[in-house]
Amino acid sequence: MQSESMQLCIQTRNLNLWYGQFQALKDVNIDVRHGLITSLIGPSGCGKTTLLRCFNRINERFSYVRTKGEIKVLGKNIYDPDVSLIELRKSVGMVFQRPNPVPISVYENIVFGLRIHNRFGVFQKNQLDEIVEKSLIEVGLWKDLKDRLKVKATSLQLEQQQKLCIARLLPLKPEVILMDEPCSALDVEGTRAIEDLMYNLRGHYTIVIVTHNMAQARRTSDECIFMLLGEKIEHDRTENLFLNPRDPRTAEYIEGRYG
Amino acid sequence: MADAIDPATRFAKTDFVIRKERIQAISKALFLIMVVIMIIPLLSIIAYLVYHAMPSLNWEFLIEAPKKGMSEGGIWPAFVGTLYLVVISLAIAAPIGVFAAIYLNEYAKENWFNRIIHLAVINLAGVPSIVHALFGLGAFVYAAQFGYSIISASLTLAIMTLPVIIASTREALASVPASFREACWNVGATRWQTIRAIVLPNSISGILTGIILQVSRAAGETAPIMFTGAVFYKAVARGELFPYYLNEQCMALSMHLYTISTQVPNVKESIPYATAVVLLCSVLVVNASAIALRVWLRNHKKW
Repeated sequence: MQSESMQLCIQTRNLNLWYGQFQALKDVNIDVRHGLITSLIGPSGCGKTTLLRCFNRINERFSYVRTKGEIKVLGKNIYDPDVSLIELRKSVGMVFQRPNPVPISVYENIVFGLRIHNRFGVFQKNQLDEIVEKSLIEVGLWKDLKDRLKVKATSLQLEQQQKLCIARLLPLKPEVILMDEPCSALDVEGTRAIEDLMYNLRGHYTIVIVTHNMAQARRTSDECIFMLLGEKIEHDRTENLFLNPRDPRTAEYIEGRYG
Repeated sequence: MADAIDPATRFAKTDFVIRKERIQAISKALFLIMVVIMIIPLLSIIAYLVYHAMPSLNWEFLIEAPKKGMSEGGIWPAFVGTLYLVVISLAIAAPIGVFAAIYLNEYAKENWFNRIIHLAVINLAGVPSIVHALFGLGAFVYAAQFGYSIISASLTLAIMTLPVIIASTREALASVPASFREACWNVGATRWQTIRAIVLPNSISGILTGIILQVSRAAGETAPIMFTGAVFYKAVARGELFPYYLNEQCMALSMHLYTISTQVPNVKESIPYATAVVLLCSVLVVNASAIALRVWLRNHKKW
C-alpha cells in the first residue's frame, strides 16, 4: 500500500471548482501515476484544462474562482497553508497552448527560472552555459540553436518556441510537467517533434497533457482520463480505454460521435 | 528522487522564498504609498476649495450676476460664457477632428506624408495654449476680422483642442483589431460600411473619452480666450439664458476667476473659491456624464 501510493504523483479527492456560479469541476477523484504520461481528453468545456490548471494553482489569479477539495502532489496537499506557491510552481511546471517564451534571448529564457529561484551570483557563467546546453540537448534544440543563443526567443519558429518553453522548465528539475494542448499551434512536423520530446522525457518527469486530438492521446500517453461536463468518467490505461471503454459515453466520444 | 523528501515538508517555504516574499511585500507597500501620495493632494485641494467656498455656495451664487464691481454677487455671466465657448468650440473641433482622424487612420495610405501629418498633430497637441492664443489673435481677430468675440475665442479653443482630438481618435480607431476589418472586407463591404458597422461602434467610447477630456481643457484654459474674446465684465441679467451674440465678447469662468482673485479689490473671500468649485463641478459633471454615456453605449453595442 505504501509503495503504491508513493508511485502516485497527483491525487485529487472530491475536487470541486466554480467560476462564479458555474461549476466547472464536480467531485473529481483521479490518481496520476508517477513518471508516466497521462492524457486528459474530453469535449470542449468538459473541464480538462481547468483541472490541469488546478495542479499548480494557477487558476487562483482570478478572484471569481472557488475551489473545494483536496489535491495531493507527491503526497502533500497543495492547499495546505504551509505550501509556498513559489515552490509549488517550481516543481509543477506548465506548457501552454500558444508557445509563450519571454521576449528575451534564448539563453536568458532558459536560465530565467534559475535566476529567480536563486540568490544573485550563485551560479558561475560556465555553470549556466552547461545548464543551457544540457536543457537544449534534452529538448533537441541544441544542434539548431547553439550558435543562436543570443537571438530573441520570440523570433524562433513556433515549434522551436514550444520546445524552448519546455526546456525553460527543466533547469528547475520539476517533478511534474503540465501541458495544455501543447501542439495545437503547431503543424504536423512540429507536433511530431513535441511528441518525440515527450516520449524522451517520459520516466524522468510526470507529464499530464490535455489534448483534443485523440490520435495524439493514443500515441503518446500511458494512461488516459476521459472527462465530460466537469466529471471524470473513466480512467484507464490508454490502450484499454480506447479498445475496451467501460462507459458508453467514453465509447461514443472516442468513436467520434460527439466532440 | 521523488521519495527522498518527506511529503509533509514538500513545497515548504525555504529561507530564500521568505526573503523573496519580504521583498515582494515591500515593493507592494511602496507602490501603495505612491497611490496614497497621489490621492492626498487631490483630496486636499478639493476639501480646501469646498471648505473656503462654503459661505457662497448656493443656487443664488450660480444664477446671480456679479455686483458692486464684481466684489459681491454671483457668476452667472461667466458660467454661461464658458458654456458658449465650450459648446461652440467643440461643435467645430469634434466633427473636424473625428472625421480627419477617420480619414488618416482608415483611408490614407501609410506613407511619409501620413507620418509627417501624424508627427505634426502630435507636436501641435503639445504646444502651449498661449501660442494658440497668439495665433487666434492674429488669424481670427485681425485677419478674419471677427474682432474680439465669442466666435474668435471659440475658434481659437477649437484650434487648440483639435490636435488632441485627432490623436486620441486615431488611437481609439487603431485599437480596433485589424482582423475585424479584414472580416468585413472579405464579405465585400466597402471601407465606409466597415467603418460604420464595425470600426465606429467598437471605438466610440475611446473617441468620446478623447472629446470629453477636451471639454475640461476648453473650459479651464484662460490664455486663448483672454487674447481673443473673453472680457473683464459684461452686464447680464440674472439667470438670462442667451445673453450673448456670437460677435460679442463674453465673460468666462476661468477668466473671471483670474480677475477676481488678482485684479479686483475687496472681493468677498469665499467668492473666488466658490467660482473654482463651480468650474470644478462643471468639469466633473461633464466627465461623469461621459462615463455614463460610455457605459450605456457599451451595453447597447448595436446602434
